[in-house]
Formats: sequence, C-alpha cells, structure tokens
Amino acid sequence: MAKSSADDDDELRRACEAKIEGTKDKILMSIRVAKSYGIYRKNWQIGSQLYGQARVLHSSIQEIVTIMVVTTTISDSDERLHCTFASRYARTSLPRFKIPEGSMPKEAAYQIVNDELMLDGNPRLNLASFVTTWMEPECDKLIMDSINKNYVDMDEYPVTTELQNRCVNMIAHLFHAPVGDDETAIGVGTVGSSEAIMLAGLAFKRKWQAKRKAQGKPYDKPNIVTGANVQVCWEKFARYFEVELKEVKLKEGYYIMDPAEAVDMVDENTICVAAILGSTLTGEFEDVKLLNELLTEKNNKTGWDTPIHVDAASGGFIAPFLFPELEWDFRLPLVKSINVSGHKYGLVYAGVGWVIWRNKDDLPEELVFHINYLGSDQPTFTLNFSKGSCQIIAQYYQFIRLGLEGYKSIMENCMENARLLREEMAKTGRFVIVSKDIGVPLVAFALKDSSRFTVFQISESLRRFGWIVPAYTMPPDAEHIAVLRVVIREDLSHSLAERLVSDIQKVLKELDELPPRVSTKAAHVTAVNDEESNKDAHVTAVTDETHKVNADRHHLKKSTVETQKEIFNYWRRISDKKTSGVC
Amino acid sequence: MVLSKASSQSDDSIHSTFASRYVRDSLPRFKVPENSIPKEAAYQIINDELMLDGNPRLNLASFVTTWMEPECDKLIMASINKNYVDMDEYPVTTELQNRCVNMIAHLFNAPLGDGEAAVGVGTVGSSEAIMLAGLAFKRKWQNKMKALGKPCDKPNIVTGANVQVCWEKFARYFEVELKEVKLRDGYYVMDPEKAVEMVDENTICVAAILGSTLNGEFEDVKTLNDLLVKKNQETGWDTPIHVDAASGGFIAPFLYPELEWDFRLPLVKSINVSGHKYGLVYAGIGWVIWRNKEDLPEELIFHINYLGADQPTFTLNFSKGSSQVIAQYYQLIRLGYEGYKNIMENCQGNAMVLKAGLEKTGRFNIVSKDNGVPLVAFSLKDNSHHTEFEVSDMLRRFGWIVPAYTMPPDAQHVTVLRVVIREDFSRTLAERLVMDIQKVLHDLDTLPARVTEKMAKLEEHARNGVVVKKSAIEVQREITTAWMKFVADKKKTNGVC
Repeated sequence: MAKSSADDDDELRRACEAKIEGTKDKILMSIRVAKSYGIYRKNWQIGSQLYGQARVLHSSIQEIVTIMVVTTTISDSDERLHCTFASRYARTSLPRFKIPEGSMPKEAAYQIVNDELMLDGNPRLNLASFVTTWMEPECDKLIMDSINKNYVDMDEYPVTTELQNRCVNMIAHLFHAPVGDDETAIGVGTVGSSEAIMLAGLAFKRKWQAKRKAQGKPYDKPNIVTGANVQVCWEKFARYFEVELKEVKLKEGYYIMDPAEAVDMVDENTICVAAILGSTLTGEFEDVKLLNELLTEKNNKTGWDTPIHVDAASGGFIAPFLFPELEWDFRLPLVKSINVSGHKYGLVYAGVGWVIWRNKDDLPEELVFHINYLGSDQPTFTLNFSKGSCQIIAQYYQFIRLGLEGYKSIMENCMENARLLREEMAKTGRFVIVSKDIGVPLVAFALKDSSRFTVFQISESLRRFGWIVPAYTMPPDAEHIAVLRVVIREDLSHSLAERLVSDIQKVLKELDELPPRVSTKAAHVTAVNDEESNKDAHVTAVTDETHKVNADRHHLKKSTVETQKEIFNYWRRISDKKTSGVC
Repeated sequence: MVLSKASSQSDDSIHSTFASRYVRDSLPRFKVPENSIPKEAAYQIINDELMLDGNPRLNLASFVTTWMEPECDKLIMASINKNYVDMDEYPVTTELQNRCVNMIAHLFNAPLGDGEAAVGVGTVGSSEAIMLAGLAFKRKWQNKMKALGKPCDKPNIVTGANVQVCWEKFARYFEVELKEVKLRDGYYVMDPEKAVEMVDENTICVAAILGSTLNGEFEDVKTLNDLLVKKNQETGWDTPIHVDAASGGFIAPFLYPELEWDFRLPLVKSINVSGHKYGLVYAGIGWVIWRNKEDLPEELIFHINYLGADQPTFTLNFSKGSSQVIAQYYQLIRLGYEGYKNIMENCQGNAMVLKAGLEKTGRFNIVSKDNGVPLVAFSLKDNSHHTEFEVSDMLRRFGWIVPAYTMPPDAQHVTVLRVVIREDFSRTLAERLVMDIQKVLHDLDTLPARVTEKMAKLEEHARNGVVVKKSAIEVQREITTAWMKFVADKKKTNGVC
C-alpha cells in the first residue's frame, strides 16, 4: 500500500508540475490518461458520493487540492487500472518465507504463479514417467466438476462411493479374482501405488503376526523378500513399518528378481515375497508363475505358507490386454494381493492407485475401519482420509468409455510405437537395447561405447529439444551400466516417436563432433591415480579396431571397463540419483 | 438401403445422446465392458449419475473447501497432469511447495531465522500428516529408549477422546497404544490435567487439538505445555506435544493472534494443518511442520536429487497431482495475511448470525463456543418428541446437508447438529438456513412424535402393561439408542472431517 501511494504521489507531482507549466488542457490530459478510467470504476463501487467528487474534478480543475485528495484515494485502491505486468505485483519480488501482508488481485496472482510455472518441464514431453499426462476433454470436464467433492464423505456423495466400488470390482475381475459374477471384490482405491503397497504390506505383516502369536512364536523380526529392482516405496514400507527388506541382487544382463534365489531367501519370518510385473528399470515382467511353483514346493516342505504380492503398478493394465495367456495374477494360488496404478496405464491423471485382495480372509479385520454409508456399512482401509474424488470418477469414465476393446487398442498402439523406437535405436548401431520385447512398453538402451560421451550427456542434450529422457545407473551389482529410458504412453503418437528418433540422431551427431570432455577429464583424474590407465584407454581403440589378439589385450580390455566405471563414478558425483526413484 | 443401414449401424454420432443404445442398456457394474462407447455418451452417463450426489456447496458437514476463484481453477486444471514427485522435471512446483512450508512455519512462529528454510512437508491431508508426525515421535522415542537400554516395544500416545479417527488409525497401523482422556458432559475437549496424569515414560507424545471436530473448541495447549514442563522436570522424561491444528491452524493466527498454541510453546515439536480446510484449497492437501531439524529423525527421510541439490522427502504417498500445492501457493500470495484475516472474520460473523438465529427460535442449546473454529453445534432443548436426526433428515429435502451425530463415549447421550461455516457460506445463505430450520421445526411440530410412540408401545409390550412413567432423561436415552440403531448402526462418531 505504502509503495503504491508513493507511486501515485509521483504521478500527482507530475500533474501538478504540468499545471504550473502549462495550460488547463494539458493537465486534463495527464489526469485523464493516468486516472480517469480508475475514477469511473471506483465510482461504480463506492457510489454517488465519490461520483460527485469526480465531477468536481472535471469541472474545477484549478483546485489542485481537490484533485489531490480525490486521486489519492482512488488510485490507491484501484489496481485494475494498470496492465498486469506494469502493476506493482509484477514489479516486486514475492516474499518466499512469509505470507505477504496484503492481498493482491486475482488476475495478478494467477499471472505470477502461471508464469513461474512456465519454467517447469512440459509434462507431455516428459518421457521419464509412466504417469498419465493426457485425458479426453470430456473427462477433464468431469474432473473439474467434481474437484470439490471429498472422497471420504460417503454419506453425502453415495454415487461417487458406488463408482469406486464398481472400479474395484472391474479390476478384480480383470485380474481373475475368485469372486462370483455378482459378488463384490475386496479392494480399495488409494492415492497411488505407494499407499496401495503399504496397505498390502501392512495386511501381510498383521496376518503373519497373528499367525506367529497363535503359534506362540516370536513375531518381532518380520522380513520381506523382493528383487533389488523394486521401486523406492518398498524400501519406505520396510523402514516405516519396521520390516526387514531382503533384496535379491541383480546381475549384469539380468535385471529382475531371480525366483529361485528369492525362494532361497524365504524363511519363517518372511511375511511375503513381492514380485514386480513391469520392472521400473527395464519394463520386464518377473516370472510370477515360476515363483509360485517354487514357493508352493517350499511351503509344502516347511509347512509355512508364505504368500506372494504382485506389484503390478505399471504392468497391471498391460498384461491382461496384451498377454492374456500370461499367468501372473489371482490364477496363481499363492498370489494374495495385487496393486496397480490407475494413474499409469489405467490412463488417469496422477493420484489414483488400487489394491485388490484375493478374498476377505487375506485382509485382517482389525485393520478395517467401518463407517456408515447410507445405512449400509462401508468398510474402509486407507492411510489418507480427505482427498479429491475426481480421479476415481475419471477411472470409471475410462473403464466404461474404453472397455476392453479400447484398452487393448491403446496398449497395442503403445507397443507398436515402442517397437518403432527400439528398431530405430538399434539401427543407429550405437546402442544396446536393455528392455525386453515382452513387458511394459518402454525402451531402455545403453551406449555401446561410452568412452567419448555418456548417456547422461545425451539426456542433457535432449532437454534442449524439449524432451525429458532420464538417464540413470542400474541398482547395486549392475551399477556400472547406465541407461536411457523412454516410456511410451498413450499420448506419445507415432509422429512424436519419429520426431524423437530424429532428435536423438541429431544429438548423437552433435556429441560426436564435440571433444570428449568428460572422458578426458576422467582420464586426467585417472592419470593422477594410475599413469598407465590413460595410455591404455587410447591404445584400446586401436587394438579393438585391428582385432589383434595379443598378450596385453585382456589387460587392456579390462581397463576400458575401468575407465568406463570411472566415468560413471564421475557422473554420479555430478548427478547422484536414486536409481529407484523413477516412477 | 444397404448404404443407409451400414452407416447408421456404425455411426453412433447421428443419434442424439439419449436415444443412443448406450443409455438404453444398463452398464456392467462388475466387469469392464467389452466394447468402447463414444466419449460424449460416457460423459453424459457419468455426469447424470453424479447428479444424485449431494451438492458439495450445500454440504455443511465438512470443513473441506468447495469453492475457489476461477483463476485458481484454471491453474489447477493446467497443472493436473504434473506429477508432484518428479522434482527433477518440475523444479518450480517443488520450489512452490517449499515456499508454502516456509510461509506456514512462519505463521506458526517456528524458531527460524529470516532466510532459514523450515522443516516440513506437503501431504495429501491431515491423516498422512499425522501419521508422519506420529512416526517421527515414535522413532525418536525408540532411539532414546534404545540409548538408555530400556525396552521400546510398548509405545503409547495420549489424546482426548474427541480426536479425529485418523489418530486411532495411526495407533492401530503403527502399533502404538492410544490412551484417550475421557470427555464429560458439557466439557468436550481434552482436560490438560488429566492428560498429563496419563503420561508415562512410554508416551511418545501428547496430541492436542486446535479446533475439536465436535464443537470447534480450541484445547488449552498453553496449560498443557506448562503442566507437562513441570512433569518432565520432575521425572526427567521429555514428553513432547503435537498440535493437530487440522481445522484451527488457519483460524487462530488470524483471529486470535495472541493465543499461544504453536511453536511459541517450547514443548510443541510438530504441528499439522489441513490446507484443504481453512487453508482454502480443494480436498487433497495437508501440511506438517516440525520445530526444527532434530525433531525429524534422519533415518525416516529419503533423499532424492533435485536439480543437483538434495531434496529430502518424507511421505507415505509417492506419485500424486501437484495442482493442490500450486493452489495453496496461489491462495497464500493472493490473499496474504489481510485476505485470510478478512475471510476468517467473515466466517466468524456468519457463525454469529446463525447462532443468533438459532437462539431466537428458543428450541436449541448451542454447544459450540464463540472462540474457536467457525462452526455452530447445537442440540434440541427438548428432544422427547423429535430428535436431531429427524431435523437433519428434513433439512435434506431443502438441499442442506447438516449432519447429526452423537458425542463420543461418556457424553454419548448428547446428540448435536453441526454446521460448518466455510468461506463460501455467505450471509444470505446463513439467513436462508435459519429460515429453513424454522420451517423444519414447524413441520415437525405438526407431525406425531413417531419414535416416542413406537418406543412407548415397545415398552408397554415388554413390561406387560406395567406402564411406569419414565424420567425425561430415560426417554431421551432410549430415543437416542433407537435412533442410533436406525441411522448409525456402526457410525463412527468422530468420522466427520
């Protein structure tokens, strides 16, 4: 406020100076230009009293004092006069640590927030994430209409609750849950797969505890067996709910959990084995069927009944449509619960996940809170309470709009685009394709030769074209491999995929022309530590070309790998990423 | 012939929506349908079914915001496809979240320097916030007990019986015993003295509520702090306080800036607040703020890389939309301290109008206090003929959703109606509600007291003709029981939000 009136004072002073200098008309002009619009606006708001004063302003312009009083009051509060970017709100920087004292007009607030958000990446070009970034305008409309509905007010919004229950039923049937045709399935909508996994894990933990208590055995050291390729939320679940996480290590060329090794790690304290349908790293499906067989055998031998959870966050809406023959779901007897992200290939914006249990017995009753839902009982099991219900409604929209037919053709389309991208990448001759043909539609590829530049550089260069393609290193035991990952979503059309291919080719060409800055740097670092290493790196190229088998070759080759590792270490220092932080 | 048949079979768009085959068949409810349907039809079907939901704006049961400025709606829709966890890709969104945390921490008088970043996190709602805060307390207590070489397997938490259901949830899911301070007639918040008495060495924290869900009253955090400081000095423990300011966190700083309930009190280590209540954002945002870094055990934090800088995260959820965070930032800078103050004063004013209107009818006892969250909780003076549940039911016919519920154990024979005054509940609407309540009372007076009669008949039958005149309180209790059976068989009394 203070600043504004100071500005206005300046204006007024200028007006006064104009009076002293020149004619009546001149003043009239300057006042009109600066203020008169505001005066009329103000008058509508405040009423006739000021309107009278405004007339005074126009008629007896010589009375500069009158003008002064009138104009200060008016312009002080009327900010709409200024164009948005000339207003004081856009001129000063916003407080970042405290709530500002005064209010500002909504237009200015909108513009400021909107403009700052322009610097965010474009979600549509973000190929790092599985999360849906496009929906039909009709669905956008439904979302906006229901954005002020609270999901937990089941009494007030019975239809929304009903839609949620229908979604649960539909997904359970899709996953072959052993429920009758009109029987309701056991499951719940969540904010995402993280919440879903925590709920599923909690159910396993509680069930295991109850069993151990009944047997009179200790129940304070539960553990869970997963592959090292799991998403970070499993680690979170383990840490927050005090369960030990036993990770099956990966090895080079095999980036998913080995069922045999996993079953070896199972002991009597194992609450469940978590298999991943669609590994985040390579999109590969783990062999749940084999795991089920091996575990059944082990259970028979030992008398335990270790169950399986399938984390189908990304693959849950792929496998039923593209690989209906693949047995990974409730068709396998040990699979007791499955989670799936509605906001990945369920084709809904971020904020919806689902967890389905095989049947009632797999969800301990003590975890369920009952609330009254229009006279009938509505059991709930969530970690969150109030939240928007628009994602649930959007999920239902997608189910009935697309049907099995629509989902199938979208997934096939994604697969087709993935194939195109994979083939083109292979054609460049520069990449090793790490992802598999069967799995989630994504393409993960590593550079064959990263001595000149690395995948991290490619990722950075692609940003200039607008693409967000993440590069990351594999989890422990395969960590010297770094890959680029492109997720093919519904909205990445064929022409966009082609465009991406040509942009990657451009980037490769550019990088070829650049001096290999990082490897030189890394080589320098190496040189300090080990004088020979630098030489070796240069010699290797020659040796490789000539294909001569000599005594040194074995040694040399090894140091290439070493150099490579150093480069990665160097890069990791620059951009130390959680490998499993991808989603 | 052939041509026209072929085209009308495949071209669904020529039918008007309500003549198409999609609205003629009922939709499958248990399986995903085999075939696709046009998007217009899908939109219309869902939209029409949702008409049967209550109108959120007339839902006076909930604190949760149901109206925002169109400019903010635009921002929300523009960012609905942004994933909050992709901090690398959307650095500005992350930055806005951090700014919100700082602003709220300053509002709660966190002991921070001017340029110092506060410790806090945005959540989906107060439930997640409370679980995170509780988890931090539990881990801190465990670490302390382990260091002392004492057993750490029986943690407990002390709260009033008026807490929201999520505390119960936290206790059950994270294996902490919930010790509830009982309520009594006419005193519906936690008694600080009794709470402090219940504290033992296994107590991970005492949770105080700023704005009880039942009647909006603020608990006396200052007295609790003083008593607990004394007890801590005597025993050598250092039991901390958490303030659940889900509904009151954006009320107290603006309407009662002198009230000491926040980080000004030394034992208050964390505070949660719902952005989607008086933070004035749509459902899906909450905040939890810690006093300082030491109050949040490092082992609970996951670090992710955020544009080269390290971004610590502590959440139970992962992928979620970021539009609510952006909306919260919009509200904070748009309204400023001044705007929030005006809105809260306006809510308080409307609450007073409603209260005066209800008192004027002479039929209600006002249970809520003037100082507190702007809500009016009231019960019928004489509910021997008609109960609050009937009033609630009748109001539905006018479109109003006004919940009636019974108080928690030890005060459960009291039933109240609760009207939450939100930003968008204008003076005109408040006056209209009073008029409709008067109409309802008038209608009810003309109706026979059906439940009482039924009850009396049942009584007669059971006692085999021995009709004894029951005391008023007995009748009242029986009616309540009967209604509870009718309406709220398993209703969580504190399931309101």
